[in-house]
Amino acid sequence: MNKNILKPVIALTGIAVVMALILGKVRQITQEPISNAKNNQELEAIAMVTGEFDNDPFAEKTDIFTPDKKEKFTMYPARKEGKLNAVAIKSYTNTGFGGKIEIMTGFNADGSIKTFKIITSNETPGLGSKTDEPKFKEQLNGFNPAKQVLKVKQDGGDVDAVTAATISSRAVLRAIERAFAAFQNFNKRDENE
Amino acid sequence: MSNSFNNLTRGIIRENPVLVMLLGMCPTLGVTTSAINGLGMGLATMFVLLMSNMAISCVKKVIPDIVRIPSFIIIIASFVTVLEMLMQAYTPELYAALGIYIPLIVVNCIILGRAEAFASKNTVFQSLLDAIGMGLGFTLALLLLGSLREVLGNGSIFGYSFISENASPMLLFIMPPGAFLALGGIIAVVNKLRGVN
Repeated sequence: MNKNILKPVIALTGIAVVMALILGKVRQITQEPISNAKNNQELEAIAMVTGEFDNDPFAEKTDIFTPDKKEKFTMYPARKEGKLNAVAIKSYTNTGFGGKIEIMTGFNADGSIKTFKIITSNETPGLGSKTDEPKFKEQLNGFNPAKQVLKVKQDGGDVDAVTAATISSRAVLRAIERAFAAFQNFNKRDENE
Repeated sequence: MSNSFNNLTRGIIRENPVLVMLLGMCPTLGVTTSAINGLGMGLATMFVLLMSNMAISCVKKVIPDIVRIPSFIIIIASFVTVLEMLMQAYTPELYAALGIYIPLIVVNCIILGRAEAFASKNTVFQSLLDAIGMGLGFTLALLLLGSLREVLGNGSIFGYSFISENASPMLLFIMPPGAFLALGGIIAVVNKLRGVN
């Protein structure tokens, strides 16, 4: 009995140890490229929504909170020659047609929207995914949520929803609105201090 | 020699894992929304198949029969994790597009099937040839399906659009039901070519 059990145990252990060593080595090699790749993706999104900057938005990132203090988004300031050019805010919503949508939105200093980029989403290809295309996006260039209504026309707002993708359009606007609310909230706190 | 050649080419058409043996349907139907996704998934699976077939063929003599399957799974799972880390580091966009289907290569029955049916009984070199053949067969099938769905459903190929912006392609083909329709069509054509009645 003992002899029968010993060989399989040794074989399995041996294989597991060898594979673990290989995994450890690969992890060591790829750790840095992986974190670089992740940062690059975000940095690209920040550059896309804020325009030019010469600082390191990652080093200056701040957590900002929604007015009810329940949720936390990340804000990346983009400065050019020391002057605040715009901020990029990463926010999300769970109300998309396919669940969570993560969006990077660029805001000018006066609170108007520069543009936005969808980072992760699970919307229907060809329908909901069109919310990341120019026809929908360009409506929001220079849009100021304080003066105009950041809602689709069906809900009494000033934005045309993507045809056949009202739920996705609504969700995208919702995520942007949450980013805007958190941004306003942050500015208010700044003035009080 | 003819035997080696046979092992190499068998997987490509005659015993194509997707179109003839109907193995690995989950990634086949799930990721082939575009030609590039199909190609990426095919190559990723081929990498794991190559590594696991060779490794298993190397250690086949020291593994006792009763722990055969657990050993194969450890080896396959490790190579999938290696692949996952490499893709995350060097092809982050493809990694994001394929998502959950990369870790799911572990349970792709083509890989365990070839390990059990071929690599555990043949030499390292023959196992390598078998993995190349089967991997190519899988990749070609996924590329074909991905291209067909992208052309019909999005009016583009490898991301290059060839229809006007206002035209509306058959969206159905890049949604899940389209995967079944396209695969069914391809299998029907392949069966016709193979002379199956």
